[in-house]
Amino acid sequence: MEAKKPQLRKERIDRGIKVRADDIFALNSWREVIYLVGPRAIPVVGLLVLGPFLSAYSREILISTASYALLAISWDYMMMAGLASLGQSLLFGIGAYFTGILNHYFHLPWFITIPIATLTGSAFVSLLLTPVLRLRGVYFSMITLVLPLMFMRLIEATRILGGTEGLTGLDSFPNEWVSYYLIMFALLLALFGFRRLGDSDYGLIIRAIKDDDRSVMNAGLNVYWYKAQALFLGGCVGCFVGAFSTHYDMFCGMPGFALDYSIMPIACTLLGGMGSFAGALIGAFILVPLAEVLRAFGALRIVFYGGFLAFSIVALPEGLFHYLSRKYHQIERWVEVR
Amino acid sequence: MGILIYGFINSAILALLAMGFNLTFGISGVANFAYGAIYVFTGFLVWILINSFALGYWISVLISLCLAFLVGVFIFYAVIRRIKGMALSEVIATFGVGIAGMELFRYFGFIGSKYGLPPIFGGNVSIGHVTVDLQRIMIGVMAVLLTLFVYLFTRHTKIGLAFRAIAQDERTALTFGINSDKTVALSMGFGSALGAASAILILPLGNITVEGGYDVLLNALAVCIVGGLGSSVGIMVASGLIGYAQTATAFFLETHWMMLVSLIAIAMILTVKPSGLFSQQKELEERV
Repeated sequence: MEAKKPQLRKERIDRGIKVRADDIFALNSWREVIYLVGPRAIPVVGLLVLGPFLSAYSREILISTASYALLAISWDYMMMAGLASLGQSLLFGIGAYFTGILNHYFHLPWFITIPIATLTGSAFVSLLLTPVLRLRGVYFSMITLVLPLMFMRLIEATRILGGTEGLTGLDSFPNEWVSYYLIMFALLLALFGFRRLGDSDYGLIIRAIKDDDRSVMNAGLNVYWYKAQALFLGGCVGCFVGAFSTHYDMFCGMPGFALDYSIMPIACTLLGGMGSFAGALIGAFILVPLAEVLRAFGALRIVFYGGFLAFSIVALPEGLFHYLSRKYHQIERWVEVR
Repeated sequence: MGILIYGFINSAILALLAMGFNLTFGISGVANFAYGAIYVFTGFLVWILINSFALGYWISVLISLCLAFLVGVFIFYAVIRRIKGMALSEVIATFGVGIAGMELFRYFGFIGSKYGLPPIFGGNVSIGHVTVDLQRIMIGVMAVLLTLFVYLFTRHTKIGLAFRAIAQDERTALTFGINSDKTVALSMGFGSALGAASAILILPLGNITVEGGYDVLLNALAVCIVGGLGSSVGIMVASGLIGYAQTATAFFLETHWMMLVSLIAIAMILTVKPSGLFSQQKELEERV
């Protein structure tokens, strides 16, 4: 008789350091402290310390990576509340134009324009999208896809705000370290802030809205009010990036509503894994430098993003971050099935 | 008089654009965001077949329609079948496919005014004091004929009845031996073929551009949202409303403002009646 091939299954065991939830740990030694702090220290140390050692060109790429990472985090947060936006460029463009207007017509300095544009821009977008918040899923996506393109048309048609030329000659940052550390601190704040928020009770409500909004209604919570808050918070991050880039490039114009700013963040988040924010960061740090390499290919870049979007949603539904964190937190071994 | 005639033609154009998108969505619930890409793809394909392969007009049209159908079916089997039921994933994936398809044409240098399709019939006719070219008349006629065709097809053929069954209740349809995957794939194919047909009819009026693909998607979305997704009557009424409004805007203001009409229409309909004018979707279940 042929010997029966033993059937195996993969067993996953949490490491002993984990007590019960994803965010509660029992620490007994320095080794375990390092185990916990290590992964979190990588982005902090990496982003803050690396800057001065890089060439000006790499620093520029790092800044653009951080911008996309912020947009990706804002997309991820809105997605957490079930708001699938296909138009992060709306946030970017509005933030950029608000900053441009404040700087160009009122001559306000950057440390005033950026906070104002971030808050008012996000409030403006939230108000604009309020009627759509009642719509779920696909419908929200459709509207957010349409709006930035419509804004482009509006500016083209009315020739307001510089028309197709945009607003040029805006103030730049006093020196490059201000811009570098501003965006890096914003990125770290958004990353850890949103991760913290996601684990809190408030974050639980936000996530529940995506999973089952009717049960949240049953709990006596106003779903639309929470969605509006999620939109505003995510919008703040998006508008901040727009405002930052306006001063960084000393320009704001119709490219602010370009498709690039909508697709890239989604591609980053999907590659890195949704719902973790760290995934958005990892995705951005893979895709943006890659896109920089692909810049030589011109329009093929967008073909690449688009194809990547479809590929990652079909083939990598989990995302890199979730895969890595599972490998990090769990011991895996094959055991025989008896 | 001019507004009446051109408004009707504009409405016919919008109805043609929205028809394919609406067919797919109405049957399978798949919002095919690659729709604009298929429109552009057909335009360039016909151009290539006529100018590079020196094929006859009608043969090129036939081949393009078949290929557009196959592309639709292919997108279903390659992408959508694996993520069916997750509406957001479907949207993002088809959007990605669409962008990749459209920008590929840009990369290969399909830009410029030399890319235009020949009209089916050249020449002009006068209706009253207004001169209209025959292609525009054709669009009006074909819009009516295609609407009629879709109506009859979905009511009097086996595939059409399967479409409606899947649209009404997928599980019950399954118990009657209707293969839901196959039917949805066919609906994607038919939707794409309708989009291709509209491209062949409408593109002779201007140039084939990659940006045109985005405009097509926007127009189709606007009509579908105003009319109510999945409703054929809604499509006709909404394209009539938006079409006349656009023509009047172009007539009294400027052509630049035409696209804004759709935005305002969308915004108004969403605040007043989010499910659209004639929606067949249950308002509470599907949208709110």
